[in-house]
Amino acid sequence: MHDRTARTRLSVLTMAAIAALMATLAAAPSIARAAPSTSPLGETLDRVQPRIVKIHGAGGFRGMEAYQSGFLISAQGHILTVFSYVLDTDYVTVTLDDGRKFDARLVGAHPRLEMAVLKIDAENLPYFDLDQAVEAQPGTRVLALSNLFGVATGNEPASVQHGIVSVVAPLEARLGVFETPYRGPVYVLDAMTNNPGAAGGALVTRQGQLAGMLGKELRNTLNNTWLNYAIPVGELRQPVKEILAGRFVAEPESQRPTPTRAITLADLGISLVPDVLERTPPYVDAVRPDSPAARAGVKPDDLVILVGDRLIQSSKALREELQHTAPEDPVRLSVLRGQDVREFALKKE
Amino acid sequence: MKPNRDHANRAATVRERCWRVVDDASYRFLTGAARWGAARWGAAILALLTILALAVPNARAVDVNPAVVEAENQRIAVMDRAKNAVLAVFSPSGQGGGSGVVISPDGYALTNFHVVQPCGNWMRCGMADGKLYDAVLVGLDPTGDVALVKLFGRDDFPAAELGDSDEVRPGDWAFAMGNPFLLATDFQPTVTYGIISGTHRYQYPAGTLLEYTDCLQTDAAVNPGNSGGPLFDARGRLIGINGRCSFEKRGRVSVGVGYAISLGQIKNFLGCLRSGRVVDHATLGARVAFDGEGRVIVDEILPSSDAYRRGLRYGDEIVEFAGRAISTPNGFKNVLGIFPKGWRLPLSYRREGKRFDVSVRLQGVHREGELLSKIEGRPPVPLPEPEPKPQPDKPQPGKKPEGDAPKDLKDLPKKLRELMPGRKAPGAPPMPKVVQEHFQKRRGYANYYYNRLNQDRVWQGWTAEGNFAVAPPSSAAAPRPAWTLAGQTEGGQPFRFVLDDQGATIDLPGGQLAWTAGDALGSNLLPPQSGGLVVALHLWRRLAVEGLDRFGEVYYLGTAPLAGEDKPVDVLVGLDGGVECRFFFDPEDHRLLAIEMVPDDESDPCEVGFGEYHVVEGRLVPGRMEVHVGNDRYGVFLIEKLTTSAVKP
Repeated sequence: MHDRTARTRLSVLTMAAIAALMATLAAAPSIARAAPSTSPLGETLDRVQPRIVKIHGAGGFRGMEAYQSGFLISAQGHILTVFSYVLDTDYVTVTLDDGRKFDARLVGAHPRLEMAVLKIDAENLPYFDLDQAVEAQPGTRVLALSNLFGVATGNEPASVQHGIVSVVAPLEARLGVFETPYRGPVYVLDAMTNNPGAAGGALVTRQGQLAGMLGKELRNTLNNTWLNYAIPVGELRQPVKEILAGRFVAEPESQRPTPTRAITLADLGISLVPDVLERTPPYVDAVRPDSPAARAGVKPDDLVILVGDRLIQSSKALREELQHTAPEDPVRLSVLRGQDVREFALKKE
Repeated sequence: MKPNRDHANRAATVRERCWRVVDDASYRFLTGAARWGAARWGAAILALLTILALAVPNARAVDVNPAVVEAENQRIAVMDRAKNAVLAVFSPSGQGGGSGVVISPDGYALTNFHVVQPCGNWMRCGMADGKLYDAVLVGLDPTGDVALVKLFGRDDFPAAELGDSDEVRPGDWAFAMGNPFLLATDFQPTVTYGIISGTHRYQYPAGTLLEYTDCLQTDAAVNPGNSGGPLFDARGRLIGINGRCSFEKRGRVSVGVGYAISLGQIKNFLGCLRSGRVVDHATLGARVAFDGEGRVIVDEILPSSDAYRRGLRYGDEIVEFAGRAISTPNGFKNVLGIFPKGWRLPLSYRREGKRFDVSVRLQGVHREGELLSKIEGRPPVPLPEPEPKPQPDKPQPGKKPEGDAPKDLKDLPKKLRELMPGRKAPGAPPMPKVVQEHFQKRRGYANYYYNRLNQDRVWQGWTAEGNFAVAPPSSAAAPRPAWTLAGQTEGGQPFRFVLDDQGATIDLPGGQLAWTAGDALGSNLLPPQSGGLVVALHLWRRLAVEGLDRFGEVYYLGTAPLAGEDKPVDVLVGLDGGVECRFFFDPEDHRLLAIEMVPDDESDPCEVGFGEYHVVEGRLVPGRMEVHVGNDRYGVFLIEKLTTSAVKP
């Protein structure tokens, strides 16, 4: 394992080194005593806080706050956050740590992970590089940064809580009565992160390295308690790349060809719930027997989330998206059924 | 050698730890023994690591860095010391309880208004020595949710060391102490440890009470029962009073979001709390909001406010307030919330690119009597409590300050159960004798005893030997001595004021004026443009010759700084002839520093500043008098003579 001659030659020096070690151990307590009130965390926070953002959007009713948290993942203003009703509006604003306010655009969202990427028009921003993010272990000491309870406004810094990763375990949770689609590993925390507005916040190590994104306000399906958890960056990295590469994007490209005749939902045998809201979720109301949809296995109450790779957020968006498909072309439809995502290829006969 | 996985992990951890230690050691030795080559040192360290790596698999005991052990011991020592000043507060009638903290050896202690409110005028406080002490209510700040009480039974109470909450930073370690869920039957406080999650937080009021401004946010658990208890920094210095939590869906238990009233705010209010009064918070008479470009601008302003008289107008941008840069409406409200009504603070605003720096007098949040009605539980208008008004971009979070009644009492011993809410019929036990001796009921006061105590203290100081004062005459009906103030103005011209019971004659460079003291002193503000200098001088003489009891209504306001100064000074307020006159005294040498005579709520006061004290006829008298009204300086008078004489019958 080591060079034997080197060890022999340096045996005297080794003794000296041990003496040095003893001296240092004896000296260490006095270092700790020198400045017990100055926080080593303060320096970490100075570096991390500029990357945390406050997000305001839809909501504002009881139990549905119109705000959440997020963090910058590129110098050009890409922001990672949770995909929630807060983003379900055309008027999402992002407030940076320095107080600057921007209108944000939804770049894309991953329906299973319930994460979203926003974009603001800004340059040279401090950000977390997802490729530099670390994997936390049970026992890793962490800080959770978020705008819980919306307590910070303008340039006021986000709230910070401390704790450890208690365990890394698969998520078994529900939001209200619905079980959540993501069943992958999460960091279960002993910090109380399960608070309004905290979702989308950053979980970092004591050294300020990104480890995860704080999750939504969920209850454990096993024992009905509120869960304090974060999704590991390892789970988010690939979906973010896919979104930035054009998958799961929300908006149609401006110059896409539109066939003279397009396929319709009726062609496929699908009727949706009545479109009564500004953004009615595209739930399947009925499936015509013997239609392409029925044969493929689409069922009432399925929620359409993707057409091809495009994110569908409303009945209107679904109808618009189909405008780009000719009647003879196949339609790839992804739906959310309970907690499962299912994909169907439909073709008009 | 093939150690198993655990051993390998442990070895790796220890190696990493040793690297840090060895790095340090190598640095020390390199500086001390430069003749050893760096390469040799590198080899030496490598060898040492080898030995350590080999030794590790045999190590069995938990290997803790002595620095960690030392830090832990230190923390324990700090908490052991801090706990001695912590109180478990109980209502004598069993209607509530909470926590508190002693801040001076003579027994003054802080807690929350919402803790003492159900207690009434006195309470019982358990301390870590296992004893229960009687305490009396001294002063209240209902808006800020602070109460000052005084404990009896010792003159050497262990007191918390006062810290500086402005120095606290997010990420600092902090700990809360108190009696959550009223667990401690032996009064040993519970300690919860955490970090500062945020500073300068703003929390909307419930109605116009219990507004938490500029507060500290912590993730140390703060639960029902912690209210009124201390938040300490890592060295055990008091930095705040825990009083509020964000409670949402979990019921009334900590969700890792607790708020403490900053000690900085309490220090500003402390002088007023000692006055035994019910202290009001302040407003500028203006409301601010973000404009479209993220600036903080005046959204609304009352023309009757001092801010308006100082030039502030709708649309002006607020730049700085009380020495703090303002970048959010919350930031503005944070500054406003930490000062008592009546203080004067520097304000900077910008209009069309030009910056204006003024000094603004803060008016009360509440109307006359409104605050008293609120704390007595009778709203001035029979309306439901208004919902806190949320900002457009900040919906009202669901948080409420609440009382600290525990729900489950069956596990508590009988002695304590009797003190618990709901266990005993309302109807307090009789006030103990020592509390009776230190309590005086009077409308408008939490405890008038302490107001009178401070009036007497200031009066004794002012009239002590060497200070200027005239002993009150023996007969109530006898005419009082007249005063003659004479000297030169700043411009070198002679002046003379002759003051007596009926009025004054004034000789100024512009000519002679006669002034009669009628029933409404504010109706004749002479000399012109002085804002009523003669009225201020008349009331000065009256206070000096009549004393506290014969002057009319006099009370001790507490402490407030003079305009442009930081140090708060003692303030006595006299009400006479429809005007309010504030007398400012140096808290150390008790000299009269200034008088502010306020003719009515909508006018600028006449401000008279005194200085250059010297002894004349065995009395210490001011040699200089500077007079200001609003934004203007009226003049400076160099007093050469201040004589008293019996007046013609």
